[in-house]
Amino acid sequence: MSGAPLLAIESLTIALPAGAERAHAVEGISLTLARNEILCIVGESGSGKSMTAHAIMGLLPQPHVRATAGRILYQGEDLLAATPARLRALRGHKLGMIFQEPMTALHPIMRIEAQIAEVIQQHAPLDRAALRDRVTALLLSVGLPDPERLRRAYPHRLSGGQRQRVMIAMALALEPDILVADEPTTALDVTTQAQILALIRDIQAARQMGVLLITHDFGVVAEVADRVAVMQHGRIVELGPVDQILEAPQHPYTQSLIAAVPRLMAVPKPRAAEAGVVLEAEGVTKTFRQRSWIPGRGTEVAAVKAVSLSLHRGETIGLVGESGSGKSTFARCVVRLLEADGGAIRLDGTDIVPLGRRAMRPFRQRIQMVFQDPYASLNPRRLVGDIIAAGPLAHGIARAEAERRTTELLALVGLDPAASSRYPHEFSGGQRQRIGLARALAMQPGILVADEPVSALDVSVQAQVLALLADVRARFDLAMLFITHDLRVAAQVCDRVAVMYRGEIVELRPTAELFADPRHPYVRELLAAVPGKRWLPAVAG
Amino acid sequence: MGGRLGYIGQRLVKAVFVILGIIVLNFLLIRLAPGDPAMVLAGEAGAADPKFIDDLRREFGLDQPLWRQLLIYMQGILSFDLGFSYRQKAPILDLILQRLPQTILLTGSALTFAIVAGVSLGALAARNVGTWWDTVITTLALLVYAMPQFWLGLMLVLLFSVQLGWLPTFGMNSISANYTGLDHVLDVGRHLILPSLTLGMFFMAVYARLTRASMLEVADLDFVRTGRAKGLPEGRIQRRYILRNALLPVVTYAGLQAGYLVGGSILIETVFAWPGIGRLAFEAVLVRDYNLLLGIFIVASVLVIAFNLLTDILYTVVDPRIELSA
Amino acid sequence: MDFLRRFARNKGAVLGAAVLAGVVLLALLAPVIFPDSPWEIAGPPFRRPGEMGFLLGTDTLGRDVAAGIAHGARVTLLLSLVSTAVALSIGVILGAVAGYHGGWVDDLVMRFTEFFQTIPNFILLVVLVAIFTPSITSIVTAIGIVSWPPLARIVRGEFLTLRSREFVQAAHVLGQSSPRIIFGEILPNALSPVIVSASLMVATAVLLESALSFLGLGDPNLMSWGYMIGAARTVIRHAWWISFFPGVAIALTVLALNLVGEGLSDALNPRLARKGRA
Repeated sequence: MSGAPLLAIESLTIALPAGAERAHAVEGISLTLARNEILCIVGESGSGKSMTAHAIMGLLPQPHVRATAGRILYQGEDLLAATPARLRALRGHKLGMIFQEPMTALHPIMRIEAQIAEVIQQHAPLDRAALRDRVTALLLSVGLPDPERLRRAYPHRLSGGQRQRVMIAMALALEPDILVADEPTTALDVTTQAQILALIRDIQAARQMGVLLITHDFGVVAEVADRVAVMQHGRIVELGPVDQILEAPQHPYTQSLIAAVPRLMAVPKPRAAEAGVVLEAEGVTKTFRQRSWIPGRGTEVAAVKAVSLSLHRGETIGLVGESGSGKSTFARCVVRLLEADGGAIRLDGTDIVPLGRRAMRPFRQRIQMVFQDPYASLNPRRLVGDIIAAGPLAHGIARAEAERRTTELLALVGLDPAASSRYPHEFSGGQRQRIGLARALAMQPGILVADEPVSALDVSVQAQVLALLADVRARFDLAMLFITHDLRVAAQVCDRVAVMYRGEIVELRPTAELFADPRHPYVRELLAAVPGKRWLPAVAG
Repeated sequence: MGGRLGYIGQRLVKAVFVILGIIVLNFLLIRLAPGDPAMVLAGEAGAADPKFIDDLRREFGLDQPLWRQLLIYMQGILSFDLGFSYRQKAPILDLILQRLPQTILLTGSALTFAIVAGVSLGALAARNVGTWWDTVITTLALLVYAMPQFWLGLMLVLLFSVQLGWLPTFGMNSISANYTGLDHVLDVGRHLILPSLTLGMFFMAVYARLTRASMLEVADLDFVRTGRAKGLPEGRIQRRYILRNALLPVVTYAGLQAGYLVGGSILIETVFAWPGIGRLAFEAVLVRDYNLLLGIFIVASVLVIAFNLLTDILYTVVDPRIELSA
Repeated sequence: MDFLRRFARNKGAVLGAAVLAGVVLLALLAPVIFPDSPWEIAGPPFRRPGEMGFLLGTDTLGRDVAAGIAHGARVTLLLSLVSTAVALSIGVILGAVAGYHGGWVDDLVMRFTEFFQTIPNFILLVVLVAIFTPSITSIVTAIGIVSWPPLARIVRGEFLTLRSREFVQAAHVLGQSSPRIIFGEILPNALSPVIVSASLMVATAVLLESALSFLGLGDPNLMSWGYMIGAARTVIRHAWWISFFPGVAIALTVLALNLVGEGLSDALNPRLARKGRA
């Protein structure tokens, strides 16, 4: 690593259109990227990290968003002053980029080989035979098996992980100097994420490329970064080697961000005195069938297969798994949003599976749910106060009492009681999750089912909401079923963890034991895949 | 490939059911109409002839239980017997088949014009969104979309035929001239211009707006950004990435438009005295020849269903993802 | 208030609303400005616009064209609004039932809807009105019957998406009753596209009604714009104005309705905007 940097951003400022949250997406930032290193830009939503990445590639959504000051020097040439033709010549050839959502990033009706060939033919055309070989070589180099069959396929036949590999193949087809990766693994499962990160790291090492990797996940930073730039509100607040940033952060924002990341090590929690079982699931099954008019063409998916567990009062069980594991489906069966096809679910001893709609109503009070998407879980056309009071009112509680509970709960979740006369869109994601929690608590349940309640939140907000959940749990002695895909969160929050894979619980043990000594091969694979697992962030305080 | 065939097979089965449904609907209409079903079938002219009415009663089994009548009716239609027009003194099917080619010619050329002009204008507007071109095209589309087709036809006749004398006023050919061969084709062509333009303009506006909206929507999608990140030239992005994907909903929509096209031909053929089934329908309405009208309804429906099937097949060619859904 | 501001931002929509207001005004004031029935012979036939004090001329029998336009406005508005109401009632109910229940109910309703969408609707309209003899009732019902499918589709689509939205699921978990959920949670959020559709549907109804009258299938007691165009079809060479002005009236009204519809669409956009990660 000697000589001039590969890429140098000098005092870059990107202006946003009038009416945006702030005047600039990015203000006066400077950083360098050397050959043969991975620089991670980390920050929360709204930090401007993605804009920076787009600016390098000349992909800002002009004319609304444009760079107004500074330079981006690539081997001495200012990319901001380059002509569109020059930028096009560089993109795909010297500068490669991969994006966050692999499911929508590929041309839907073009074969894989055509999409990869396209970029080659554009910049450095080859004859047909050479092109074929090159495409095959590329597909193999990104770890895609059976390239002969895959090349003729259309994107919809590939999984998310496979599509991301194709994206990487396309970006690297012409051996660019720089790879810009904008949250390349955020939309992928944990295990796939680990594979893609390893792939990026291997390719970077093999070709000695400069990689700029945007992420919000400090685990990813710990896993692959050589140097780190931390961004907040459009500025770089700290920049340095990864060890320094992770072990001894200087800037208070960096410190608070790292403190908010849950540790991947569970502290053995003292087992309380034998508490009663509040929820018992026994052999619950749920199968989704898609009927078809043509006999024999229906499809069947067994989402949940004979799942059993017992939840005690005051206990939190985590349901951990990747997409398709059945954890959300099981949770929805437990709250009777879905009808289980088989098995029993007992609330305080009574099996609720066979109950009709009317008979189920009184049981509704005892078990409530907090949802994942803060932007879809509140009715946009109702006032916050009405949303929270709706449950008690539906069960015959007097209006005065319902309103009293609303005010009390709003204060409890850390919101101003005046919030009850505002609409959901006036609140941030974290605040909306608090409102959702208040809505659930208004019913005074004994059991709370939380379906990925913090997955859609920034890490600092996540820490606050988790703290709130812990507080509420202790205060009301709630039993909680906590669904998540994030093992760090599970380590922090849960007493016991059930790992689900393809509809079944493969292991259910106290958290500390599970993390220290996983038995099932899938669980071991899952724990091994967590990015930055060897790094233990300093705990706050 | 099996998936694709299965998809088409499904559509075919559906089409058959729809045709049967139309026959049942026709039957219901005849029964629900005010008055004696035999009178309805005979039409105003035929109702005056008692012998004709008696024949009809026997033929349609009007004294038999309802379900029996339905079966008889269905049998008749399915064996291509659509009844007899008393007024025109000919089997209805023959009358319709005589005029059908002219309507297909008219609607076919109107549709072609509409698609070619509409998609081009829509794409042009989308590529230059926000500029003067875009405003002109969108305003033009809005105006044309709002005009009643029959009025537009009359105005065009006024302008191009009466005022400017460039094009013939009505009919399909110059009868007195007795053209043959190429001259005949050209003559028909000249007569075809105004009617197909009129019929097509409304749909041209529809396609222009649809293409524009579709292209603007596709332009924001992730894979377009990927294409740009590959350094592809803008023209290629517009054609292969945006337009190619934006056309998918347009193809689907074209199928849905078929019904309106055939319906619109009633108005256009009346205005331009074009000898197709639309004009035949108008004549049937004038003399209250309900049986003829219902026959036209069935044939027109079959035409539309056939066209829908064609667009379905075309869609499987255009969108390779279809193999999944079957 | 917020909504009106957003609506006002769309110049075209404001223009459309103004034109529409003008048409409504004309319809309301018709009996005042033109107290005689438009069927009355007001003067010699074929007077050009401006001659003898006839603003828009007279028609083949000497009837005042301007009076026809004014009274025609009432007919057009009445028929198109009522028929849209008919289409709305059928479409919204079917769509809501299909969307909320799903399963076989949804399948059944969808087959039914698709059937009606496949058959050429204008021809069916002509058949219906012809067979049941033209009158206000038959015309309004027939247009309603022929127009409801797209509305049912939209309502069904909205209900289907909303049904699995998390706030609706929350309502289920809270134990709210079905009717409460449908009317309190789903319907208010499903209304926007329905309102937009309805305004566009009125425009279509105007075109359909005028086409029917043009073909001679209008209510024989009502002087509508389509009828005026149809009656003057054969004399277009000599008396262009008799067909011209009613057509302009139709086009302006339909244009205004379309503009207002699009303005409504922009202004009513639901505030479920998701803020992506930057």
